[in-house]
Formats: sequence, C-alpha cells, structure tokens
Amino acid sequence: MNDSTDNIIVDTATRIFQDLCEPNTVNEAEKGIWPKALWAALEASGLPLTWVPEELGGAGATFGDGFAVLRVAGRFASPVPLAETLIAGWLLTRAGIPVPNGPLTIAPIHADGRITLGPDGTLTGRARRVPFARNAGHIAVLAQRGGEPAAALVAAADLEISQATSLAGEPRDDVSFDGVTPETVQSVSVDQSQLVAFGAAVRAQQIAGALEKILDQSVQYALDRVQFGRPIAKFQAVQHNLAILAGEVAAASAAADAAADACAMPEIAMSEIAIAKVRCGEAAGTGAAIAHQVHGAMGFTYEHSLHHATRRLWSWREEFGNEAVWAAQLGRMVAERGADGLWPFITAGS
Amino acid sequence: MSYSFRFDPVELPPAAKELRKEVRAFLREEIEAGTFSPYGGKGSFSREFSRKVGAKGWIGMTWPKKYGGHERSHLERYVVIEEMLAARAPTRAHSTADRQSGPVILRYGQEEIKQKILPQIARGELCFCIGLSEPNSGSDVFASSTRATKTDGGWLVNGRKIWTSNAHQSDYMIALLRTSPPTKENRRHGLTQFLVDMKTPGITTRPIINLTGSHDFNEVVFDDAFIPDSHLIGEVDMAWKQATDELAYERSGPDRWIETFSCLVELVRQAGEEPGERLAEGIGREVAHLATLRRMSLSVAGMLQAGKTPMVEAAVVKDLGTNFEQALPDKVRLLAPPVGDSLPDTNDDRFEQALRYATLIAPKLTIQGGTREVLRGIIARGLGLR
Repeated sequence: MNDSTDNIIVDTATRIFQDLCEPNTVNEAEKGIWPKALWAALEASGLPLTWVPEELGGAGATFGDGFAVLRVAGRFASPVPLAETLIAGWLLTRAGIPVPNGPLTIAPIHADGRITLGPDGTLTGRARRVPFARNAGHIAVLAQRGGEPAAALVAAADLEISQATSLAGEPRDDVSFDGVTPETVQSVSVDQSQLVAFGAAVRAQQIAGALEKILDQSVQYALDRVQFGRPIAKFQAVQHNLAILAGEVAAASAAADAAADACAMPEIAMSEIAIAKVRCGEAAGTGAAIAHQVHGAMGFTYEHSLHHATRRLWSWREEFGNEAVWAAQLGRMVAERGADGLWPFITAGS
Repeated sequence: MSYSFRFDPVELPPAAKELRKEVRAFLREEIEAGTFSPYGGKGSFSREFSRKVGAKGWIGMTWPKKYGGHERSHLERYVVIEEMLAARAPTRAHSTADRQSGPVILRYGQEEIKQKILPQIARGELCFCIGLSEPNSGSDVFASSTRATKTDGGWLVNGRKIWTSNAHQSDYMIALLRTSPPTKENRRHGLTQFLVDMKTPGITTRPIINLTGSHDFNEVVFDDAFIPDSHLIGEVDMAWKQATDELAYERSGPDRWIETFSCLVELVRQAGEEPGERLAEGIGREVAHLATLRRMSLSVAGMLQAGKTPMVEAAVVKDLGTNFEQALPDKVRLLAPPVGDSLPDTNDDRFEQALRYATLIAPKLTIQGGTREVLRGIIARGLGLR
C-alpha cells in the first residue's frame, strides 16, 4: 500500500508518468495533440523497448519488468502506444528483426485478421481498429506467407490509414496494406492466436492498472466528499461498494499477473490468458460502475479525470478478445479434458 | 497513495508438488476402498478417515514436532487441504482443530495443555467446535455474555452458545466467555478464551436441524460447568487481541470458495467434450473466477508462510470466494442442458444431487465464519474508510 517499489524500472516509469502524463495531457491527446514530451521521455528511458534484447536495439529487460511498466501505464491512462510498442518489439524480436525507434504498433489485432505476403514481396489485406496506427512510425505485421507466419516491419508512412476512435478517444485506425512492400520480413514462430493472446495479457495488465487508479480515486473522493454532514466514506452503503471494488481490483490484479507469468514461459499457457482476460474484463465493468456511483455527477463530467481510466477500461476489455470470447475458449479447453480433468486443470499452473 | 491489496503470485515448492501426488494417490485409494464417495452420500464426518489423515502426517502440518506437528510449510498444508476438499473427503472430524483450534492453543495455550492436546489433534483423534455465537451475539462477537466466574482452581460457566457446528460430535470447544464487563473505553474488553472439555458435567448439547434436514449446528447450554485453570487460553479479559490472527487462518482457505465446486464438475460432465457456445462460455466464466480465487487463496497461504497476518487480504478472499460459490449453483442451473437434450451416457443423478446440495447450502456460505457484511466492513477498514 505505498508508492515506491524495489523495481527501478517501475520507479522510472512512475516518475515519467507523474511528471509528463497529467490529466490535461490525456485530454489534449484525445483532441489529437501528440504528447511529444511524454513519448520522448519514455523513449529516452528505453522503456518502449523493454522486451527487445540489446543486440536488436532494446533494453533487454524481463517480461515481468515490461508487464509491471504496463501496470503503471494503465494507472496513468498514458495516451501513447507504449503497450503496442512493447508488443511490436516482442513480435519483431521473435522474428530476429532489429527494432526501430519511434512509436510502433501491431496488426492485425483480431483472431480472424489476415494479412498475406505474396511471392512478389507485397502485402495484401486490411487490418481493423489498429491502435495508434496514425501515430506509429512503423507497424509490426504478422502476415501469412505461403500459409506460414512471417513478421513484417512496415513503415507507416506508406500506408492508407482511415481514422477511427475507441470509447476512450484513442486512435483505433483501419489500415490497408494492399500492395505495400515491408522494410524487412522474417518468418516467425508466432501464430495469430498467440499474438492475440499476448495482446490480451497486455490489456489485462493495463486493466489492472486502471482499476488500481479508480480504486484510489474513489476511496479518496469518498473521504473528501461531505454530504449529510459527514464524509460519504462513513456511510456503510458506500463502504461496502468500495469493498467490492477493492475485491475486483485485487482479483484482476492477481489474474493479470498470472497471465504475465504465462507469457514468460517458452509456450504461452492459453488458459492463463483466458482466465485473466475474462476476470479482468468482468472487473473492469463492475469496477467502473462502482467508481462512477461513488463519484456521483462529478465523475460524469469531462472535467473530472475519472473517465480517463473508466473509458479505457471499457475499451480495453473489448480488445484482443472480450470476456465472452475468452470464456468460450476456456470452456472448450475444460470440456476437452472432461469433468474429472477440471481440478487437475485448475491446479496445473502451481 | 495506493489503496490496492496485493496478492503476489506463489510458486509452489517442489516438495508441495510431490505432496499433491501423494495426497491424490491416497484419496484415490480411499475412494476405491469405499471410505467415501467424491459424489457425496456418506457424509463428511468420519473419525476413521481423520485418523488415517493424521497417520499420514497431514494434520497439524505446520506445528512444531515437539507437539506432534510436522514442521512443514503453509503451502504444503494448503495443497493437502485443497486436494481433500476438491475430492469431497470427509474431513470434518479434524478440519476445525487443524485450521483454527490447534493454532490458537499452540499460540496462547498453557504448556501442559499444548503437550497433551496438540499431539492428539495431529493424530486425528480430536474433534473441535468453536463456541462463539450466542442468542444475542451473532456478528457482534464482542457482545458475548456467557459467563465464566472465578472459583477455586478454575472457572464456573453459565449461559448458552448457539449455531455451534459439530458440537454434538466434538471432544472439545474453544469458547469465548465473559470474565469481566466491557469498559467504557473498550467494549471488546472482558472476554476470555477457554478450552472446554465437552464431557464436562453441566454441559448440554441440543441439536438444531438446518434447512437441508441435516444436524450440523447445535445449542450448547452451560449450567455451572467447571473449567480448570489450566484450560485458560491466553490472557484473562484480553481475547479481543487474540482473535485476529485466528481469523486470518480461517477466512482465506480453499473451503471459502470450493464448497459448491461439485456442481461445476457435474456441469462439465453434462456438457460433454464438445459443448455449444453458450455452455462453453458459461463454464469458462466460472472457471476463470475459480482459478483466480485459488491463486489469491494460495497467495494468502504464501503470506502466512512469510510470517504475516493478512487479515484484510483474507477477508477479501472470503468475500469474493463465498459470493462466487454461492452464485455458482444458480449459474449452473441455467446453463444445464434441459432434460431430454442430455447425452445418453451422462449421469443425471450426480448432476441433480450436486446441484441440489449446492442450492440448499448456498445461503449459509455468506453467513458462516463472518457474514458478508462483516467482511466488507473489515475491507472498508483496510481501505481507511472507517
């Protein structure tokens, strides 16, 4: 229950966001103003390339460090493609492609997304709702080449991008790759479902961070806001709602950490990702609703920063597979193993 | 300032993983021998089974060897408990003593009592009950009025305890008794914990049948029942200081989220290998909750192992866990394929039995061992709201 950790990378990220990611930065970004200073500071610290080994131009830190940074980024609703750059760095690294500087993103982000790389070396296909495509210098594309996956590094300047926005006011653009020649292509042992799973683990972590934030905001607001002659924190109904919120935050956090651990394994354990995205997605909905209820009308204004986290929660829970998608997948995994395999399945991770 | 509670992941040590295999093998043998059925039917209380578990060294696992314990870790203990519960093994004759009463005696009991009682608990020979609630003292534990009055060589007890699970089958009770009136400054003052031999003259146990038709709880009446001085546990009038860590043990264990697990197992059996989308999604959602709760519960075991007293974290797990296990039968009921649509080989009886059991016991889950409202109050205090 305190701010400092024993992790220097997390402390660095926290300092940068405290200094350069204020509520106004987030609002400005929604208007289309790129937070130059924030991104520059992140890049100077090496954080966006946390998962890239030194020989490919990165910081070479652990998966755990990267996910811990994402938790912090989620807390601050950072309006830059830090998560996407991390995922792109991971994908490119898996293919052995050196990672360029500048903001990156990945495509396609949907399980049924399909970009193909033809014999002539050009790409075909459209990717929907690519996060921060318009801000990215490059896009790491997971393409199909003769039925095998290949990672392709594409300069964003060459692309036709139609702008769209998420519930949180963040760029989620449709991108056409038709006829575009990538800068680099390498085959990669990551398939589309693994990319989506990795993205889901990342979103789960961001959700956990945003939930921590709204818990802090809600508790503080309840302690400060006086009605009927006392802080509303003194009312049992409010206390119990906040207790439920704290439980949801704790559950999301535990599930997200398990998914992060699963990503560090040689083979990503899909079950842990599924569990995390379902649990975090549910917590996002329940948690945001309670945070708004506690904040009353004030929290429903644009001026109050609560929506920075809650709108991102509603956006992130949909991406890389929502609760329904992952729950069904998890249910099928369970069914395959049968009733007597359920308990061994639950206890398999530890 | 961050208000979030931390549940750091726990990696089980290799010894615990080995132990899990041993426990599973033991349970399989016992099921094959007919000692109990994982599908219910034989009841959950068996002194014979408890003695076998004791012989295996799986009771009092974390206690010092000199008191009959085994000096193993909380994580190893956790594995044993969750395997027993998942298999619906009949652990009731020893579980309360292992989880709560033993640790309290170990921490606050007098040396003579520790030497006498703890090894017997560890052998699986003693059943304990907990004398907390009274007719006018439920959630408000510190309102207890059953009196212990000092007499020559001990105490005379008068009053009534109620909702006492297993009192009718117990050898001992750990009772919370009033030894002084509360003070103006501290209304929790004046209560004392005692070890009570249930065979003591002056103690009468009367059954209270619950809505499932079973005899679990009781009313226990004390009429000048004598408790020797050696049975005093901890400091006179100061029980309120002792009760807190007991609850951390009590509130986060697997028994706080696994009670209705069998109806989910049977739903999966009903579903077959290729369930439709809706059923798969429904199963997946519950499994996601269950798996997360288990991680959190295991994390609390890790905190206990690290010597912490995670009171609030335990309350969080119990609140989430009991709400989950309570809601589960209702979810399962609506997901179950309607009769007539089930596969010919599925066992409808098991499913019906499991669902029926879960539905009937559901109301108690958010009441026993601290109500949902009490737990949320504890969490709110942990958040600094009260």
